[in-house]
Amino acid sequence: MLDLTGVGHAYRRTVALRGVNLRVAAGEVVAVTGPSGCGKSTLLHVAAGIIRPQAGSVRLLGQDLLALDEADRTRLRRRQVGIVLQYGQLVPDLSVVDNVALPLLLDGQRRAAARTAAADWLHRAGLDIALDSLPAELSGGQAQRVAAARALITGPRLIFADEPTGSLDTLGGEQLLALLLDPAHRLGAAVVLVTHDNMVAAHADREVRLRDGAVAHESALR
Amino acid sequence: MGQVPAAEVVLAVLKDAPAHGYDVKRALDSWFPDARPLAYGQVYATLGRLVRDGLVEIAETRIDGGPERTVYALTAAGRRRLAGWLAEPAVVLSNGADEIVRKTVAALRTGDDALDVLCRQRTAHLRRMRELRAGQPEDPLGRLVRDHVVAHLDADLRWLDLAVERVTAARPGESESTR
Repeated sequence: MLDLTGVGHAYRRTVALRGVNLRVAAGEVVAVTGPSGCGKSTLLHVAAGIIRPQAGSVRLLGQDLLALDEADRTRLRRRQVGIVLQYGQLVPDLSVVDNVALPLLLDGQRRAAARTAAADWLHRAGLDIALDSLPAELSGGQAQRVAAARALITGPRLIFADEPTGSLDTLGGEQLLALLLDPAHRLGAAVVLVTHDNMVAAHADREVRLRDGAVAHESALR
Repeated sequence: MGQVPAAEVVLAVLKDAPAHGYDVKRALDSWFPDARPLAYGQVYATLGRLVRDGLVEIAETRIDGGPERTVYALTAAGRRRLAGWLAEPAVVLSNGADEIVRKTVAALRTGDDALDVLCRQRTAHLRRMRELRAGQPEDPLGRLVRDHVVAHLDADLRWLDLAVERVTAARPGESESTR
């Protein structure tokens, strides 16, 4: 599903990743953990094809991500990868239902069908808000639920989530995690959770702990 | 939660109705599903102390063809003790003598690899937390007790992470990744 080899990356003079290897199999839930600034978010951005690393290789669903052009990379991400970023990263001018429907609309689906599917996913994500609400009207937790619904609507084979429950209380966080992990348990999707929260990490099959941009230790949790 | 529940919990079991020692044990095991199951001997010893202290009395002794069965009931003093116990917050212990603290300090004091100790413990804690999260009790009260166990594991994990930070900070030039 995902195979990162010798990945290195730096922001100006700050080294974020040093020779990181990470393999994730179908149906596997991997927690990438570590203290603030250890490189875990950068690793997720590299794995998801959002950041191009300065060293190493990234194979995503059998394809060499770094060899694809931008259009092919975007298409691969849109159809097969679901990404939940830390603060939701919703499109501010679109209603929540259109935000969730966006991956389907960009893929050429009809608007009515895409909006119906989006409304269903918003419901499954536990959101009880007007569908035409704008992102600015949402709490942090609501925005994270919308982002999760948007990530899952295409039925992705690989799901990346960066601190997906950071703005939610414990019960809300558990509900959202159950939703994000369901494709792994039922459909064999792979899930990579970046988190500093041990309660979240404890849902994973394996922990990869980063420190100073490198893998400090790795352990099976089941 | 590896400890035998406090004697006051036995009083709580008897609050609504008198019960045999066997029923008290079964109630305690179901109230605290993540504790080690109690031995009958422990339960009878606790009941014996409570009778001695006048908090519980023997309501009747039945012999139904089998072994003698004693039915225990709460006394008025037992009821007052139970109410007082529930009204007082639990003593917050911070004696630093938990097994994970003992192991870490012993490793550091003896020059052993404390980071290895801490990393192994972290994995053990996460595994346990995962097991507990995966099999949530159906009973809402059972879930509440489970939440308490998980919250304690989480507190331990935060301490383990902090300990790693402190140990690595105290060793310039060395981090987990360079070992």
